[in-house]
Amino acid sequence: MTTNFATSPTRASALFDRLQQNRYLGLIGLAVAALAPFITATNYALSVMTSALLFVMLAVGLNIVVGYCGLLDLGYAAFFAIGAYVSGVLATRYGWPLLATVPVVIVAAVVAGIVIGGPTLRLRSDYLAIVTLGFGEIIRITANNLTITGGPSGIYGIPGITLLGIDLSGPVGLYYTCVVVVALAVLGAARLGRSRLGRAWRFIREDEDAAEAMGINTYRVKLAAYIGGAIWGGLAGILFGAQLSAISPPSFTFLWSALILMAVVLGGMGSTPGVVLGAIFISVLPELLREAADYRYFVFGILLIVVMIFRRQGLWPARAVERQSRRDLREAEKHDAGKAKEVVP
Amino acid sequence: MTQLLWNGLFVGSFYALVALGYTMVYGIIRLLNFAHGDLYMLGAFVGFGVLSVAGGLATGLGFVALLIVLIIAMLVTGTAGLLLERIAYRPLRGAPRLSVLITAVGASFAIEYGMRLVAGPNPEVYPVRLAGDSVNVLGARITIQQASLILIAVLLMAGLQWLVMGTGTGRAMRAISQDPTAALYMGINVDAVIARTFFIGSALAGAAGVMAGGYYGKIDFLMGFIIGLKAFTAAVIGGIGNIKGAMLGGLALGLLESIGTAWIGGQWRDVFAFSFLIIFLTLRPTGILGERVTERV
Repeated sequence: MTTNFATSPTRASALFDRLQQNRYLGLIGLAVAALAPFITATNYALSVMTSALLFVMLAVGLNIVVGYCGLLDLGYAAFFAIGAYVSGVLATRYGWPLLATVPVVIVAAVVAGIVIGGPTLRLRSDYLAIVTLGFGEIIRITANNLTITGGPSGIYGIPGITLLGIDLSGPVGLYYTCVVVVALAVLGAARLGRSRLGRAWRFIREDEDAAEAMGINTYRVKLAAYIGGAIWGGLAGILFGAQLSAISPPSFTFLWSALILMAVVLGGMGSTPGVVLGAIFISVLPELLREAADYRYFVFGILLIVVMIFRRQGLWPARAVERQSRRDLREAEKHDAGKAKEVVP
Repeated sequence: MTQLLWNGLFVGSFYALVALGYTMVYGIIRLLNFAHGDLYMLGAFVGFGVLSVAGGLATGLGFVALLIVLIIAMLVTGTAGLLLERIAYRPLRGAPRLSVLITAVGASFAIEYGMRLVAGPNPEVYPVRLAGDSVNVLGARITIQQASLILIAVLLMAGLQWLVMGTGTGRAMRAISQDPTAALYMGINVDAVIARTFFIGSALAGAAGVMAGGYYGKIDFLMGFIIGLKAFTAAVIGGIGNIKGAMLGGLALGLLESIGTAWIGGQWRDVFAFSFLIIFLTLRPTGILGERVTERV
């Protein structure tokens, strides 16, 4: 059905197109997120919604790497783990407030991104996929073996977030903190995607050799995408620790990385609204279909293959054409006006 | 020390068998088959299924039974590899690399959790255990079974080497890996040869699966994940796309792991192996035997 919508110019398709191009889409999404607790605010509902938001943040971060730049990262949970562990260790062992750990987490994520991306991004992109897969395992096993990370039992008693003396550690406070942070993260990633750097990323995704020939330093641009993804993942890790107050190695298996990837692929690689919806879908669906839990991952696997064969662009594809910003339009007008003046005399 | 070397060689021969499939497929169509480790798992489970059905008979015969089971498992996993190629990879030949990689991840997921549906999430215990008499060679304890498993592995590898270097199919494989289009013009049935490659590679992984099941005694649906990664590491160490390299890389990785484990502790074994992958890709991405390949635009 969906394929028909995209290919045949029916009324439904026109409507869908308009919906996709609606510039208030983000605000509508934010309003839905902000108002959702007024419909149902049980602890269970809030925790499901908070997890969904975290998942959105992870998916948007991975979208920078996979969607914009076309690099397959199969160990994304590693950055998530680094964020959660660095902030968790600093908060529980050294008594730092959670917010103070943010800069340290960013530094740690960047360093990890450079260590892994540095050597592998020079090679064919296939290598990155499998090296990141190995990296995910390295981080998980390391966390499992070290004493400072609490070994197999992990870290518990991670404090909630307090901002300017306001305690945000309750379920409602945490939910709204996540709404704000994730909204900023989504916005930030979308803006990055539309920037000069984002254009370079998409160029590399489409044709790396052509991009190189056009003077793009492909290695540095790819590394930037990888590091960007790392930072998003690390920050999501802090929120994860704050939400659960306990973290342990089994939370960061390959399954997580694969599920995040699934959200990105299903929603539409490179498309912000698609990825956000994909993430919500992947994270909320299991709560709705508890009985079908056994079939879930099997179906996910089949779904990945089917989507790749029949609808590679995802359910909500990224638009190929860039929208001109208002500044561009103004400049173009000025330019035209100037030209007109030149011609007149 | 000799014991360490022996254990390394033994584990390395498993790695080599799995790495061969990886490297063959990669060498011919430049595809990282993430599901390859899961075919190894499939092989172990097929062996388990056959042994459970023919239970009493098998335990009596011991090693011979395992050989028969090995052949059945190889045929089944080979067919599974064939189907995988036909359903998931062939429609995407010529598609962007990213799509193919994602399909491979999907295939891996589907096989793992499909097996979980069939066999349940708990580990199964292999009905035939290969624990038996041992002999001392230069201070290392070697069981007869270990020695015969290595022998099987060596025979399989020798057979493969003959197939690739000495038969028409092998020549066709090498031709396709050099230039698929030109091979097509020369009248090679490219699709059929690729399908055969998948069959052989998967069958080898299945054989390794049965052998690992018989040796370690315990199998579960996620067992293919780590071995897939290790086999890839082995393939990279030897030079990916190079068949002799995969054998060499497997043995090298087994030895490195065995010595490294003794040196820094067993819980760090996997970290040690994957660090080697990263180091190798940094210092010598073409591996020990690989040649520098120029990318065609």
